[in-house]
Amino acid sequence: MDEQLKSELRRQGVVATSLQELYNWGRKSSLWPLNFGLACCAIEMIATTMARYDLARFGAEVFRPSPRQADLMIVAGTVTKKMAPQVVRLYNQMPEPKYVISMGACAISGGPFKQGYNVLKGIDRYIPVDVYIPGCPPRPEALIDAFLMLQKKIDEQYLTGPTRPRHLNADMPSEFIVPEFGEHDLVPTQNRDVWQVPLVNISNAGKNESGSD
Amino acid sequence: MNLEAIKSEIEANVPGCRLEIIPNTSPSAQHSLLVDSAHAFTVASFLRDGASVRLDYCSNVTGIDWPLKEISTKTKVKKLVDGVEKDVDEIVKTQTGGYLEAVYHLYSMEQRQGPVILRMRTEDRTDRVHLPSLTPLWRSADFQEREAFDLFGIIFDGHPDLRRLLMWEGFVDHPMRRDYVDPDDYEYEPTAHDEVLKRAKEHQAAEGGL
Repeated sequence: MDEQLKSELRRQGVVATSLQELYNWGRKSSLWPLNFGLACCAIEMIATTMARYDLARFGAEVFRPSPRQADLMIVAGTVTKKMAPQVVRLYNQMPEPKYVISMGACAISGGPFKQGYNVLKGIDRYIPVDVYIPGCPPRPEALIDAFLMLQKKIDEQYLTGPTRPRHLNADMPSEFIVPEFGEHDLVPTQNRDVWQVPLVNISNAGKNESGSD
Repeated sequence: MNLEAIKSEIEANVPGCRLEIIPNTSPSAQHSLLVDSAHAFTVASFLRDGASVRLDYCSNVTGIDWPLKEISTKTKVKKLVDGVEKDVDEIVKTQTGGYLEAVYHLYSMEQRQGPVILRMRTEDRTDRVHLPSLTPLWRSADFQEREAFDLFGIIFDGHPDLRRLLMWEGFVDHPMRRDYVDPDDYEYEPTAHDEVLKRAKEHQAAEGGL
């Protein structure tokens, strides 16, 4: 429908909408996050929900203690290798449609602990991430920004066609491999269906260290 | 009460124990007391209950890995070379390390003094890694001894619940040992440098290059 006609009708007290708009509006306006935190980022997440930043303004204040009732997972903090299977299992237990915000440097890449012996190098190795927020930890404003970004992403989705979201596509998986504890590392170390190694050329790295530039 | 006094006190009360003061040459001058593992439990219970010391609080337990290391020192020795006396460098090789250490920091709340630093050494780094647990004496050592067991592989005999603390059951390595090699997961290192860059390049070479 023509946007101009729509706003004209709205002024006359007639609300015209499409099923897609209504559906997306419903999804984006009641994101219920799963109530868990892994490290210091969780403190910022808690601050975001409190009165000063008031996440409730965006319809996302209902933190659910059960994955069955949640549709947004905020991975707030360092994911240790010991914790990773549980995080993936919780994600699998959430009903579709479900989204993931990877909050902070650790959840994105392992952060300052990347070369540690027990830290996963990013939760996106096992589950698909919708929005990444950098920061150590990110400020509450950054988390709110991530919410708005996620809402925008949901709002722009088509319910039919090849770009439709995962939960409307029967061919797409809704459960992901839960890694197992191996003798030296998690098995498998990554889910290749979710995460492919980005191409990075490191052949020139470390060559400018003489200070000639 | 200084460490020498504590040492002679222990020697008078625990017969047969071998003690050694390990000097600390840094400005803090926190010297520590090395106890042989056979008498360590008796010595520790004397330190806790003995009337003069009464170290009733164990604040910290940690482990140290000392891999076998060969130190060669050069000394000038006068020697006859072709009938003429000359100064010749002679290299003396000594071996140190080859054991794991558990370190305890003990305080006395009652007498407001401390820390007294207690060390125990295992016989080697592979099989004979047993030390007596001091958890029956100081409950605060419980988790910290489990951590030392997890990360260094020191087995504390007499510990009530010796399981891994940070790593999972079934993990075989001890990550804080000097010779620990972490798994080869260097496939994506966008800002690699130094050691990480070396590992990332090795990984790429093993994968068949970029």
